Amino acid sequence: MAEIRLEDIFKLFGKVAAVNKVSLTIHDGEFMVLLGPSGCGKTTLLRCLAGLELPDGGNVFIGNQDVTEFSPRKRNIAMVFQNYAVFPHMSVFDNIGFGLKMKKLNKSEIQENVMRSAKLLEVDKYLERYPAQLSGGQRQRVAVARAIAMNPAVLLMDEPLSNLDALLRMQMRAELKRLLQDIGATTVYVTHDQVEALGMGDRIAVMKSGEIAQVDVPMKVYTDPANTFVGGFIGSPPMNFLNGKIERENGAMVVDIEGQRLPAPANLASMVGQKVMVGLRAENIQATDSSAPPGIPTKVLVVEPLGSHLLLTTQLGNQSLKVVTPADFPTGPNQSLWIRPDLNKLRWLDAESGALLNVN
Amino acid sequence: MSVVEKIEEKDAPPSPSKPAQPALNSRKLMRFGLYVLAVTLSIWIIIPLYLITVSTFSTRNAITTKWPKDLFPNPVSTETLEFFLNAQGVMPSVVNSLIVGLITLVLSLLIGAPAGYAIARFIFPGRDTYKILILTTRAFPIVILSIPLAVTFLNFGLYDTLFAVAIVHTALALPQTILVTSSIFVGVPVELEEAALTLGCHRMQAFTKIVLPMALPGLAAASIFAFVLSWNEVFAATILTVQNRTLPAQVLSSLNSSTLPLKYAGGFILIVPSLLFILIIRRYLLGMWGRVIK
Repeated sequence: MAEIRLEDIFKLFGKVAAVNKVSLTIHDGEFMVLLGPSGCGKTTLLRCLAGLELPDGGNVFIGNQDVTEFSPRKRNIAMVFQNYAVFPHMSVFDNIGFGLKMKKLNKSEIQENVMRSAKLLEVDKYLERYPAQLSGGQRQRVAVARAIAMNPAVLLMDEPLSNLDALLRMQMRAELKRLLQDIGATTVYVTHDQVEALGMGDRIAVMKSGEIAQVDVPMKVYTDPANTFVGGFIGSPPMNFLNGKIERENGAMVVDIEGQRLPAPANLASMVGQKVMVGLRAENIQATDSSAPPGIPTKVLVVEPLGSHLLLTTQLGNQSLKVVTPADFPTGPNQSLWIRPDLNKLRWLDAESGALLNVN
Repeated sequence: MSVVEKIEEKDAPPSPSKPAQPALNSRKLMRFGLYVLAVTLSIWIIIPLYLITVSTFSTRNAITTKWPKDLFPNPVSTETLEFFLNAQGVMPSVVNSLIVGLITLVLSLLIGAPAGYAIARFIFPGRDTYKILILTTRAFPIVILSIPLAVTFLNFGLYDTLFAVAIVHTALALPQTILVTSSIFVGVPVELEEAALTLGCHRMQAFTKIVLPMALPGLAAASIFAFVLSWNEVFAATILTVQNRTLPAQVLSSLNSSTLPLKYAGGFILIVPSLLFILIIRRYLLGMWGRVIK
């Protein structure tokens, strides 16, 4: 078990900084998810951590030891690859036992370790088979079994579920989470799937353009995104961002959005007359189909029935707004809709930079 | 717009099977033409091979006196073959050819496989230029290369040695060996190597334990190719040797003075390795060129 510390990691690809001075501490036994769109540098960061990529600057510490220039085999890590990377010319048993054999364990130890990992991943029935005789999901299990058989201090996973179909992915997600809770290795998990990130991670590091935009526990990243990028990337639908203007009305702060006024926090007083962005999640908006009691009038543009609920795309002045309503909510395109946002759940962001404003 | 579509629909032929028919016929015709072409080409190549083989297994008498030729050896005899193999200088030259071929095989693999691996795995400055440069070595005719090489080998005291011939053959075989091996290594996913690295291998072990076993059939094919190239090469072998002739050089030098049976038998012995090679390598070559063979 080990703590991981990344300090000012810098990696250039040509002239582009794939990872731009990233610092991140991952606690012992923690499940850290690196989340971001493709090309954000999350996989490069993971490869620097694995030793498959040598950073152009910065240091990697695993368990207080500077391993920046160590080869992968000296780092006490194991890695699961996106396309599984099981060895096609070896049986499942030899695949899972490969790392142990390289460690020069004796035969009975290898046998015991392989059996234990194979049982955990439920591939103990296929030990004699070759990867070509397995399905994608089974190969994935073999790859995970091979990694945990190493009993590594650090487990690295590079989009391990992205090649599986949706149903299998959901099943493996829960299974992996339970498994990793049990073995307790420090885990770094790269994904572009925000559902995986929210569902599995102890903490999430959201990355954009080679930098970390926010590191926090999943619910905090969801409810209090550090900026419009994080709010827009996490959650389905993404967070709504409405442009407004801070004004003073009868001595109290209000925000003017398309002529509609909502109370604003008192400590935005210094921003009177300035633009501001209001972030609110679709599920924190109450919708009614009548004008009484008072709500903000909007027009429904699109209705998407998603089974458990309706996702409405509505128009508020010139801005669009996603609203979630119960599945049986009576509405249709071009109908009027009155909304009442949960005022406690409004988030206030800088109109220029998109950064979250501290209003407490 | 929908009105226009409707009008066009009415004008279209009512039966959907009608327009499909001519297309099917022309495809059948194409296929037929292709077969005719393939058969013609095969006959073009097979007939001389067949005649040589027939003559090789006929008696010497039948070859020199009989006309028209038989389509089957009558009687079947190894007399011609034995006569050829017992002719002066033939057996030593077969041994020489084997030695030169094996040295060429080993050298071209030792030099070519790492180069092919480098092209397959690493992006380095000048990689594309390097690939083209490899091919341009084949642009120089061996005729032009051989004379200066002969002089150089004389200076180094390598002239008239099998090793000198093997060096030239290696140079000739390398472009193919490099390009073929690189395409083999490209076929081994780099993630497998990386997985091996994270599982406790150093680079060399990752290569020997993971990449090599998977690349082995292809590498074997590439090395057989080098061997056959050496076995068939005649020009450099003739110019660079006097006493230590390889088989093609030996056959060539005695071509004018030898009898017909000798020529047939010599041709046959020269062809056999190439044919075996093609039989063995076929599926790997097809696999390499993107067709899946089960």
